[in-house]
Amino acid sequence: MTQVSEADHSPVKSFHPRAREALKNDQLRGNFRNAMDGLMGKRTKAFAGWDLEALRQLGAGVRQRSLARLPDLLLQLESRLTDNGIQVHWAEDGDEACRIIRDICVERDAKRVIKGKSMVSEEMELNHYLEEHGIEALESDLGEYIVQMAGETPSHIIMPAIHKNTEEISELLHNKTGTERSHDVNYLTASARQQLREKFMQADVGISGVNFAVAETGTLCLVENEGNGRMTTTVPPCHIAVTGIEKVVATLDEMAPLLALLTRSATGQHLTTYFNMISRPRQPDELDGPEAVHLVLVDNGRSGIYQDDELIDTLRCIRCGACMNHCPVYTRVGGHAYGTTYPGPIGSILMPHLLGLDETRHLPTASSLCGACGEVCPVKIPIPDLLVRLRRESVDGDKLHASGVQGHGSKRSRGEALIWHGWQWLHERPGLYRFAMAMATRLRVLQPSRAGAWSRSRTTPKLASKTLHQRVGERARTTEATSRPVSGGEL
Amino acid sequence: MKSRERILKRLHERRGAALPMPELDFSVLTEGRNWSNAEKLDRFQETIESVHGEVHRAPADQWLDTLVAILKARNARNLLTPRRHSLGKTIRESGRSDLPTLLSYDQPIEAWQPALFNDVDAAITSTRGAIAETGSLILWPGPDEPRLMSLAPPIHIALLEADCIFATFPEALTAQGWGSAMPTNALLVSGPSKTADIEQTLAYGVHGPKELIVIVVGASAA
Ligand code: SF4
Repeated sequence: MTQVSEADHSPVKSFHPRAREALKNDQLRGNFRNAMDGLMGKRTKAFAGWDLEALRQLGAGVRQRSLARLPDLLLQLESRLTDNGIQVHWAEDGDEACRIIRDICVERDAKRVIKGKSMVSEEMELNHYLEEHGIEALESDLGEYIVQMAGETPSHIIMPAIHKNTEEISELLHNKTGTERSHDVNYLTASARQQLREKFMQADVGISGVNFAVAETGTLCLVENEGNGRMTTTVPPCHIAVTGIEKVVATLDEMAPLLALLTRSATGQHLTTYFNMISRPRQPDELDGPEAVHLVLVDNGRSGIYQDDELIDTLRCIRCGACMNHCPVYTRVGGHAYGTTYPGPIGSILMPHLLGLDETRHLPTASSLCGACGEVCPVKIPIPDLLVRLRRESVDGDKLHASGVQGHGSKRSRGEALIWHGWQWLHERPGLYRFAMAMATRLRVLQPSRAGAWSRSRTTPKLASKTLHQRVGERARTTEATSRPVSGGEL
Repeated sequence: MKSRERILKRLHERRGAALPMPELDFSVLTEGRNWSNAEKLDRFQETIESVHGEVHRAPADQWLDTLVAILKARNARNLLTPRRHSLGKTIRESGRSDLPTLLSYDQPIEAWQPALFNDVDAAITSTRGAIAETGSLILWPGPDEPRLMSLAPPIHIALLEADCIFATFPEALTAQGWGSAMPTNALLVSGPSKTADIEQTLAYGVHGPKELIVIVVGASAA
């Protein structure tokens, strides 16, 4: 993965070669198949006994209401957090967010940063940026810790190291940290605990993501199993939380259904081990917790998505990963093939806005449109519809609505456009159309046996010996002859 | 114009149609969960045990015996105990000789971090109740029971009043009026710290406690 991205300037564009490589890798396919099957099963079990449709409806409604009031809720959140003693920062894009965080670190003379899991910080490439500025940034989520040590990126938004097996992890930890080679997961985990405890004690700043930001109370909510999130937000003297501007919800009551949906959809848990709600820095009479807490609100393209009546649904996402777990494409090619921060269906509808459609042109088509993602999405994002919309945008294929996504039309080819125009022209002329079709069936022996990209992994469809019109005509004649009543169903 | 103003301006001046504000029906979260106290306790126990939590039921005057037995079984050398909470007082004033050394979190973390991280075997905290449906404890850490008390030691023992179990999280939010009184840190804890990041194999105690033990006080033993 690292090799590919180093060798290739636009990793997203080389989706196809990477996907082909991944498909040949039996180990990788096995890992993903097992993991995804497990997650799908657990999710189903976790929702047993629930009126899931009603719950999803509620989740979608909560997110829609949050978006409808987004600027007001952000202002309310800001004022509540400020009253609570948490400093709020706004960043137009990832670079600005990185700068804000660096400035906080510099001001505190902080050299060592410990991180809890945060997809937004992956989106910003924060670790890289901080390292460049002489600040060590260490991931503390076990999966992220492993992935960082290997110089890779996460392959799943919930389980970052899912592409690796115990053997590889044992070898990696042995080489990098000197632990014994072992297949005992308990031993490996205990070693990491020990190493990371040291790092927590030394860290000057803890950086975390946010799952929900509650405007009413000024509360940052974090969902996790390991406890590294609690460590990150409690042990270092300064905590910086980073989040996309869309993560705000109005009240604790509105947050509750999202929480119920998030953990069950993600890992099939009724609730994760820890649900951590932070509303203030350490108070004078308290004995632990950070003395300073910051929240960085990151836009990075989100306010652009916000403008579009259809694409705005993308912003409902609560990052549960269920759409990946259920995606037949993701399960087969794995997360790295996508070459993006967010892989799978959510990545395919979100990344085009963050990177532009020219960069991500292959993502909206990396889907069979089977609809599984849309069916499981806890906040009812119509992912397949959005994929189709982005496909249209990528070829400027909608005459009624002008394309607006950055990089639209980048996939438009003159040849293809010409063929469709010809096809349209022909359809407008019934006589000519029938003649052309009759000719095509007659000359079908001349049909080439391969049809470009289409037949690379499929058999080439063959032209029939008779057109549909001819067959229907014949059928009508025979039924008349035998004077059977014609029923619509038979046609 | 600063980033804040630019972002807010774009959001305020949104093009396109008015955004929907659907009515919300929250009943799906609470419907059909009119459990009795006994049912709530059973469900809480079943759910937290399914994720490796351990539950002991003790009559109100016998929980100290339960605690001592738990600590003995694990050879705990010491127990981090709250100073002001009545549970801490009960332990400290019991005068029992079969308790391990009692420790206090009575100085800022900076003053004793390595000792807390490496030398404390177990900690006991109170809870503000529990949630039956998800098998979760409600913890509001504070000056007497700081945040790391339930996180740093390998064993976390939590005392739960049997009649303080709510059916669902929304019920607890309403009953305890969270919306108007959020503390610095509020927690739901559902089991010991765990990870499945190494090939989907569960391992406990990755960062926090390896063991979470709940003593339900005021419940007749099951
Ligand atoms: S799009 Fe839906 S299913 Fe996918 S991660 Fe977001 S909320 Fe989950």
